[in-house]
Amino acid sequence: MEQQKNLEGYVGFANLPNQVYRKSVKRGFEFTLMVVGESGLGKSTLINSLFLTDLYSAEYPGPSHRIKKTVQVEQSKVLVKEGGVQLLLTIVDTPGFGDAVDNSNCWQPVIDHIDSKFEDYLNAESRVNRRQMPDNRVHCCLYFIAPSGHGLKPLDIEFMKRLHEKVNIIPLIAKADTMTPEECQQFKKQIMREIQEHKIKTYEFPETDDEEENKIVKKIKDRLPLAVVGSNTIIEVNGKRVRGRQYPWGVAEVENGEHCDFTILRNMLIRTHMQDLKDVTNNVHYENYRSRKLAAVTYNGADNNKNKGQLTKVDTVEGMSPLAQMEEERRDHVAKMKKMEMEMEQVFEMKVKEKLQKLKDSEAELQRRHEQMKKNLEAQHKELEEKRRQFEEEKNNWEVQQRLVEQQKLDASRTLEKNKKKKIF
Amino acid sequence: MADTAKTTHPQPAGRPEKGAEFGYVGIDAILEQMRRKAMKQGFELNIMVVGQSGLGKSTLINTLFKSKVSRRSVMPSDEERIPKTIEIKSVSHDIEEKGVRMKLTVIDTPGFGDQINNENCWQPIMKFINEQYEQYLQEEINISRKKRIPDSRVHCCIYFIPPTGHCLRPIDIEFMRHLSKVVNIVPVIAKADTLTLEERDFFKQKIREDLRVNEIEVYPQKEFDEDSEDRMINDKIREMIPFAVVGSDQEYQVNGKRLLGRKTRWGTVEVENTAHCEFAYLRDLLIRTHMQNLKDITSSIHYEVYRVRRLNENNTHPSDQPNGHSNGVPTHEVLSHEM
Repeated sequence: MEQQKNLEGYVGFANLPNQVYRKSVKRGFEFTLMVVGESGLGKSTLINSLFLTDLYSAEYPGPSHRIKKTVQVEQSKVLVKEGGVQLLLTIVDTPGFGDAVDNSNCWQPVIDHIDSKFEDYLNAESRVNRRQMPDNRVHCCLYFIAPSGHGLKPLDIEFMKRLHEKVNIIPLIAKADTMTPEECQQFKKQIMREIQEHKIKTYEFPETDDEEENKIVKKIKDRLPLAVVGSNTIIEVNGKRVRGRQYPWGVAEVENGEHCDFTILRNMLIRTHMQDLKDVTNNVHYENYRSRKLAAVTYNGADNNKNKGQLTKVDTVEGMSPLAQMEEERRDHVAKMKKMEMEMEQVFEMKVKEKLQKLKDSEAELQRRHEQMKKNLEAQHKELEEKRRQFEEEKNNWEVQQRLVEQQKLDASRTLEKNKKKKIF
Repeated sequence: MADTAKTTHPQPAGRPEKGAEFGYVGIDAILEQMRRKAMKQGFELNIMVVGQSGLGKSTLINTLFKSKVSRRSVMPSDEERIPKTIEIKSVSHDIEEKGVRMKLTVIDTPGFGDQINNENCWQPIMKFINEQYEQYLQEEINISRKKRIPDSRVHCCIYFIPPTGHCLRPIDIEFMRHLSKVVNIVPVIAKADTLTLEERDFFKQKIREDLRVNEIEVYPQKEFDEDSEDRMINDKIREMIPFAVVGSDQEYQVNGKRLLGRKTRWGTVEVENTAHCEFAYLRDLLIRTHMQNLKDITSSIHYEVYRVRRLNENNTHPSDQPNGHSNGVPTHEVLSHEM
């Protein structure tokens, strides 16, 4: 266990974060965002609102204005700069998703795309010359749920079940200005219930040590899934220019926290959790993909060669045939299990003994107290007896005395009488 | 039945008809007689609502008839799950207004378009509509038939288009193409409070174009206009379809009046305000002006088409083998659900 040592002076490594910061700023950042949902849910508009640029404009119309026969996966890259920091943003769009009459397997192109990006990164990582390693893996997938007000559709559930192990999914309620606040609450609760029921793992916000941050994180968690509204137009409301949607009965403001959760999404996605999304993608999803891919490669590679009957060297992990390897692994696993079982039994016995001992101790203690109390009681009893005896003695004495006094009195009165009688004579 | 396809105003009794040089005969009093008879008999109206779940179909029906007549109000609300196959649920109510009785049947189709694979999701609906025609036909060709055949034919099918704002989806086009031939379809844009006015106009234009390109005839059909007056009125309606509607069964206080609407944080959408949405136009079309026309077209055109087809196929085969071999005419069995 490492112990924390206190320093006697200022060494200077508190400056490390600054060095990292400077280096990262020079290098610039990359982020890939995927948007999935049926057409007409406002995905392109939301992207424009999020990054405050017109990614899809008149010259480069978004996928929504084109009719698609099959699900396509399209990528657009844009370089944005702010405060000296550079961000290479890649937006992956999926036009045609869920639009056809028969939508079976419409998620397949999406899965293929994500896997191909992972594969590219894996290959780049395994190369000899690794200086340039662009990170094109999909860091976050925003899934748009249509605001029906009832619950998730079968297509939503299928898609999320298949992709929650490959990418960070953040479910959003699109076009949230369709619903009144009560309907929105109901809908959110229903969606969360269904997500838990189907054991879908959406992106989870990490717990931090900071109290303030935890409070913010908790607030976000309460409002999941986020209900968002996007807009390309700027409207004047009370003298302020805001992004919003103008209806005959009012203006729905995009950046107003009371109207929708857009600001929460933007803060979370860009301002606070972008790095965490990349980290989770790298550490969890990519590692899953990698281990699965490598295990499959060894198995497949060996198997193919066996079938072809070639004498080429089999490039497996330990030079053993995959079947033997599996056997070995299984044996290891079983042995481990047995050991664990034994350990657990030991621990269990020890615990039982402890408990027994404790119980005995407490029993003895109780017994002792019982004895003590009995003794006390007897002592008191004796005392009382003593006192009573004394009292009786006193009483007797007093009575005797009293009788004596009486007797004397009687004698005295008798002699008086006698004297009286004598006197009369 | 009353022929109100022509919107002629009834002339006040006592004014002499043109050409009646001999004084007032009283032919126009027949209108009064028909009215009394209709009041006694009452009316029947069968409306079918079709659309994905969550588009506000039941709410709209409740708003149209200002009472809780939809499937959701009748069933316990635990049954909110999307059914695995399309079901057809029919709920009937007897409602009355100013002495006029109406038997209103709302036919709901939960499960339409909700699955991942929605191939042929219109087939159960086609089958149902044709079954109603078949039922009526059987009653009609009975030797001793009832005085008044109960009319369960679907007079109007309201199709709910989700407010994507872009264009019609393939499933919408497929459905309307198949069903516009057997029933009057009235397309509406559901949950229209999602769209701003510009988006709404753009969307409507796109829909009308899509309908034209795919040669889908929705109600009011151009070919059934009887005269120029009809055409004028119907043209105005055709400019406006599909109606952008918002439904609500909750009342809110707006400017001192209690109105049906939806209250959001940035304003209240009034259902009956024509500046907000076109619900009032839809209601007028369905109930106040074109209800009889809907029934007429159903009985005189759609039903007749079905009847002719059925009777013809009965004639080509011998009548004791309705499903037997055809006389060299290439058909698959023309059963009611395959039309």
